[in-house]
Amino acid sequence: MENIAWMAWTPATACFFAAIGLILATMIWLAATRPEAERVGILGIPTTRGDRLFLSLVLAAVIHLAWIGFVGSQPIAILPIGEGIELSSLWLATAISLVAAVIVFRTV
Amino acid sequence: MEKIPNQKAWLLVLPVFAIVAFSAVIPLMTVVNYSVQDTFGNNKFFWNGVGWYQELLDPSTELGGRFFASLWRNLAFSGAVLAIQIPLGIIVALAMPREGWGVAFSLVVLALPLLIPWNVVGTIWQIFGRSDIGLMGWGLNRLGFDYNYVANPIDAWLTIIIMDVWHWSSLVALLCYAGLKSIPEAYYQAASIDGASRWAVFTAIQLPKMRHVLVIAILLRFMDSFMIYTEPFVVTGGGPGNSTTFLSIELVKLALGQFDLGKAAAMSIVYMLIIIIVCWVFFTVMTNAGADRKGAGGER
Repeated sequence: MENIAWMAWTPATACFFAAIGLILATMIWLAATRPEAERVGILGIPTTRGDRLFLSLVLAAVIHLAWIGFVGSQPIAILPIGEGIELSSLWLATAISLVAAVIVFRTV
Repeated sequence: MEKIPNQKAWLLVLPVFAIVAFSAVIPLMTVVNYSVQDTFGNNKFFWNGVGWYQELLDPSTELGGRFFASLWRNLAFSGAVLAIQIPLGIIVALAMPREGWGVAFSLVVLALPLLIPWNVVGTIWQIFGRSDIGLMGWGLNRLGFDYNYVANPIDAWLTIIIMDVWHWSSLVALLCYAGLKSIPEAYYQAASIDGASRWAVFTAIQLPKMRHVLVIAILLRFMDSFMIYTEPFVVTGGGPGNSTTFLSIELVKLALGQFDLGKAAAMSIVYMLIIIIVCWVFFTVMTNAGADRKGAGGER
């Protein structure tokens, strides 16, 4: 751990990158087991699964930043775990991002 | 014949994975880690959640004010540069000779500014514009203009825009020239039989045929001018005051000048997101330009 101290890891960012890594691993597995063909969606451009994942991730980043900018990140609930963990309103942005990702995967 | 599965390719791409990991992925992860923390040096970090992002996206705070000011400045610069370079590039490309020794000569002359390293371009204009020893600065002052790019923001902007136009217009011209060269002679013959005017030839044949290279030129110039650092840094250093502090200069001031790693990291993430989106549009337009043309041709 001493060797990567300069990277300043936090549990939250570690979870974030682990999730991204898992998604990428799933995509690789899917590409190997269920190969796909490009298709043209509402954007009028041929997209693959990877393109749609990329769009979903970029969209998620934009949604989160817009949420932080316009709504903020005030706590909306307190989870009854230990001393009580505050639940930020940013999780709503995460929920919106997930819905957006589903829409992107279905229509684009 | 059955395919023999061979996984050796994985081994061959391993070096690329390693290089990309160390040059891009790991530094990027570190920047993300920094962006949610605060540090006072000595490798000690404190959790700050999305605090920096909140500050960054709120123009009423110091950080947000600086970010948005430099963002608008940068967009204004990109807009000004595009508004001059694109028409100028088209005009130069139209005026270039189509055959004979003039082709090679003008291509070499146009390529010259593109071959000069950015910091050298900055130094050339930094000296060229000086009102004591620079030819342009001294000359303008002798002609009666009160020109001083070190003290006057408008002069500084003009100097940087003219410098960028000098440096990059030839790229637009070369791209447009390539687009013009691809138009078959038959189009011009048909136009002359119809008695089309010079303007009609331009709007009905040349401009539509240059559309794709123009899209590439616009996006390329936008990206470059949006990420510009070296030239304004060398010429004005972001001054006078903050008048030519573009996003990248602001970012370096924040990260290396003040050593505010958290704020700088949050700013770079947002900056990178903007660039990624523009890049994606660029890539999509470029890769679909050919297909688009085919589709349009089929309908006619």
